[in-house]
Amino acid sequence: MSMVMIGLEIHAQITALNSKLFCSCRGNYRELRPNSNICEICCGLPGSLPIINQKAIEYSTMTSIALGCKVPDKIMFYRKNYFYPDLPKNFQITQYNVYGISSIGIDGKYELDDAKQIRISRIQLEEDPGRIVYSEGGMNVRNTALIDYNRAGVALIEIVTEPDFTGPKEVRQFLNKLSLTLEHLGVCDTLLEGSVRCDVNVSMNGGNKVEIKNINSFKEVEKAINYEITRQSSVYNRNLNIQLETRHWDDKKKITFKARSKEEEHDYRYFPEPDIPVIVLGSDFVTNLKQRMPELPNQRFERFILKYKLSEHTSNILINDKKLADFFESTLKIHFSPTEIANILVTDFKSLIEDDTESTDYLKNLKVKPEHIAELVKLIEGNKISRITAKDILVKIFESGKLPSEVVNSSNSYKIADEKTIMDAVQSVFDTEKAAVEDAKKNREAINFLLGKVMKLTKGRADPKIAIRLINSKLSDPEKQ
Amino acid sequence: MTKLDDLLAYEVVEGLTEGQFTAEEYVISILKRIEEVEPKVHSFITLDTEGALSSAKIIDKKIREKEDIGQLAGVTVGIKDNISTQGIRTTCASKILENYVPTYDATVIRNLKENGAILLGKLNLDEFGMGSTTEYSRYHPTHNPWNLDYVPGGSSGGSGAAVAAGECTVALGSDTGGSIRCPSSFCSVVGLKPTYGRVSRSGLISYANSLEQIGPICRSVKDLIMMLNIISGKDAMDNTSIPSSPITVPNKSKKLNVAVIKELVTGSDQEVAKSVFSASEKFQEIGFSCEEVSIKNLHYALPSYYTLASAEASSNLARYDNIRYGFDYPIGEYNWDTYFSNVRENFGEEVKRRILIGSYVLSSGYYGKYYLKARRLRSLLRLELLTLFKKYDLLIGPTMPILPFKFGEKIDDPIKMYLVDVNTVIANLAGIPAISLPIGFSNGLPIGLQIMAAPFEEQKLIDASYELEKVIHIQRRPNSI
Repeated sequence: MSMVMIGLEIHAQITALNSKLFCSCRGNYRELRPNSNICEICCGLPGSLPIINQKAIEYSTMTSIALGCKVPDKIMFYRKNYFYPDLPKNFQITQYNVYGISSIGIDGKYELDDAKQIRISRIQLEEDPGRIVYSEGGMNVRNTALIDYNRAGVALIEIVTEPDFTGPKEVRQFLNKLSLTLEHLGVCDTLLEGSVRCDVNVSMNGGNKVEIKNINSFKEVEKAINYEITRQSSVYNRNLNIQLETRHWDDKKKITFKARSKEEEHDYRYFPEPDIPVIVLGSDFVTNLKQRMPELPNQRFERFILKYKLSEHTSNILINDKKLADFFESTLKIHFSPTEIANILVTDFKSLIEDDTESTDYLKNLKVKPEHIAELVKLIEGNKISRITAKDILVKIFESGKLPSEVVNSSNSYKIADEKTIMDAVQSVFDTEKAAVEDAKKNREAINFLLGKVMKLTKGRADPKIAIRLINSKLSDPEKQ
Repeated sequence: MTKLDDLLAYEVVEGLTEGQFTAEEYVISILKRIEEVEPKVHSFITLDTEGALSSAKIIDKKIREKEDIGQLAGVTVGIKDNISTQGIRTTCASKILENYVPTYDATVIRNLKENGAILLGKLNLDEFGMGSTTEYSRYHPTHNPWNLDYVPGGSSGGSGAAVAAGECTVALGSDTGGSIRCPSSFCSVVGLKPTYGRVSRSGLISYANSLEQIGPICRSVKDLIMMLNIISGKDAMDNTSIPSSPITVPNKSKKLNVAVIKELVTGSDQEVAKSVFSASEKFQEIGFSCEEVSIKNLHYALPSYYTLASAEASSNLARYDNIRYGFDYPIGEYNWDTYFSNVRENFGEEVKRRILIGSYVLSSGYYGKYYLKARRLRSLLRLELLTLFKKYDLLIGPTMPILPFKFGEKIDDPIKMYLVDVNTVIANLAGIPAISLPIGFSNGLPIGLQIMAAPFEEQKLIDASYELEKVIHIQRRPNSI
């Protein structure tokens, strides 16, 4: 069995910000005409100076707290110098901890489901470069390369872990939890294209570390790791050495490939950014922020169990989909019936939306709103409709957006509580299922079969309690009407 | 009456307000003066005749319509060509920015325009401010108006020469290691490097961000006060700017404690030292106390300065890759692997030298040995000076250790060239204000006195300079042109 060590370097854009990290250009650069979301600052025009976005410091601090990091009293920025055309200044303003602590978070711990801890070495705030669009044939055929600086200067949070992962599954779990945390904090909408990126370090059997760069979504990370483990194993099995190198992930071919050697030999010549004075956060800043911070997923999980008396299983399903959990709590505000509402949401409701969960705002576009679910639950609890009927009603309101009461009225789906109507159904079943009736007289278990038949006949509308009572009495006294 | 082109700034504002002449008449007189002397002095890189005339007409219209014309109305200002001017080419005297036209005004330019100042054009400098003679300008050297065979000092040599020659009422320079004070001394004008943070650097094309400030160069202390008040202030576009209180024109002399820096005088030419001693006697005559002090860490100043300035420059100048702006480059020669190094050949020798030095002192393995050590020495020096300012209001010495020299005298030996900055770099390293005031001539070559004060104590500098100016009568206009 080979030993695998994996470390991650995650870049998450602070999509919550209205503006970029150092200027007032829009933080949301998506779907804009190339090079229309730029100014002298994010284009690094001569003489322009970076103006620090205070909100970015708050969001990155919240992220650091959520990932169990220490937040220092003072932070500062460094310049990372390297030449690349997507970098308007040919340096990136970032943070650096080699000459003393400068970054917004250090020494964190983040727990996976099985209580295994992943150490976070640092969290830093930095600017995103622009985007290079290569001509047909990708970056190896360099006829033309177009540069779009709309993204340049967008605030990024870099999260660096220690190499504590032993396989792709742990990585997936971590990234899922991290996405959820970022979403709960409102820091990053991880479903937006390009909002999260990941570099992965993989080493096997204590061998050299291979860095895989440019994995542009969390989903691809697992694939890249699996590919790399297979590749390294086959090198290892041939008794060859694994090279210390940087590789790129090709998400079309699903392979990693070796980066040009030039890209590896970097001396970034870090030094303190002179244009941004040291920022003194102070202990009050962190204390205040902790109080104002949105609830984290595990806090919410515990609250759901304590306050709403939900099962761990149900709470988990809700928490793992923040939008669903939000929907749940909105419904509660209209009608407080946690168990009933949660059950509908995590079962029938969830199965109806399952196909759509990839899109960012899938709940926003739904025709069904919390009002609908609240009313549906009221109808169930008021004994107006059966649970079986409720399922059908849900499908109908999903399609039409009509209120449950309207659907129930127009389709005449109210629960049947009238004994005579139910008795007619029981009689009809007794007439057709003679063998089963005889069986049931001897074996009480067979009653459920008869009940099922009655329910089917009434399209699920019969009140099952009344039906059972009528079946029982008819079994013991066949003449009774 | 004095000739129009010989008026001081406050006289221009008075004359206009009182209707003695129109702004247009005044600007025409200045343009005539430029036409007359520019072929000998070569102060300008770009002259904006049309812009100046149309600004003058606007002011005249405002006067006719009795509108507010601003505190600097009609004052013609020459701008060092490393300060961004919207729509006017800004080259930094470099070929690498030959075709660069800024899209925005530096904050100081906005301040000047809002106060009715008339921009005349862009003044010569050593490429990117790196030099002390203007010989490193990639366009042409500027000549000293007091003797055309001599250098005007640098790097703001165009600014010093233009003000001395009467080609503009006042000028803006920038001072990273003495670049305002050196030409002020060599050209016999008043120049101030403000406290770091008093004047916004937004739009000043960075050479060494942590050291430099924009400052005024004028023919009188009173003009300097007007200019300083207009360009000072906390600026939202510069995170390193700091609010300050305005300077007032002294109405009664205050008694100040002055100390002559021994090492600076003993390290100077005899003629220069003699002049400084006579100035200190003048201070005593007007009732100031005068002592001698020693600065222990002085010999660290120059190496510390050149290490830090070069380090910052190497990073600041990385953005000049001729991708987004720059100079004409044949399109056929774009090649991914060689483009950067090809276009950056276009830097001058001195700039290349400092980029190399700067990259070296920041590279891994040398950072601690050079860059970090230089920063520590800078702190030591600053601390020592701040301690001295607890005892003394002002520290004085010669601005330049030598008299102006002839073209070509030092250009072949960079170390010789660097050594002339030994007196001026102190103020930049410590972030304190320093002024150079004309105090006499030797063989027709000007000598300047440097006065330094504690951070934000510009008022003391001005008080002392104003008093000294009154008692030392200096010839204002050179005979040679």
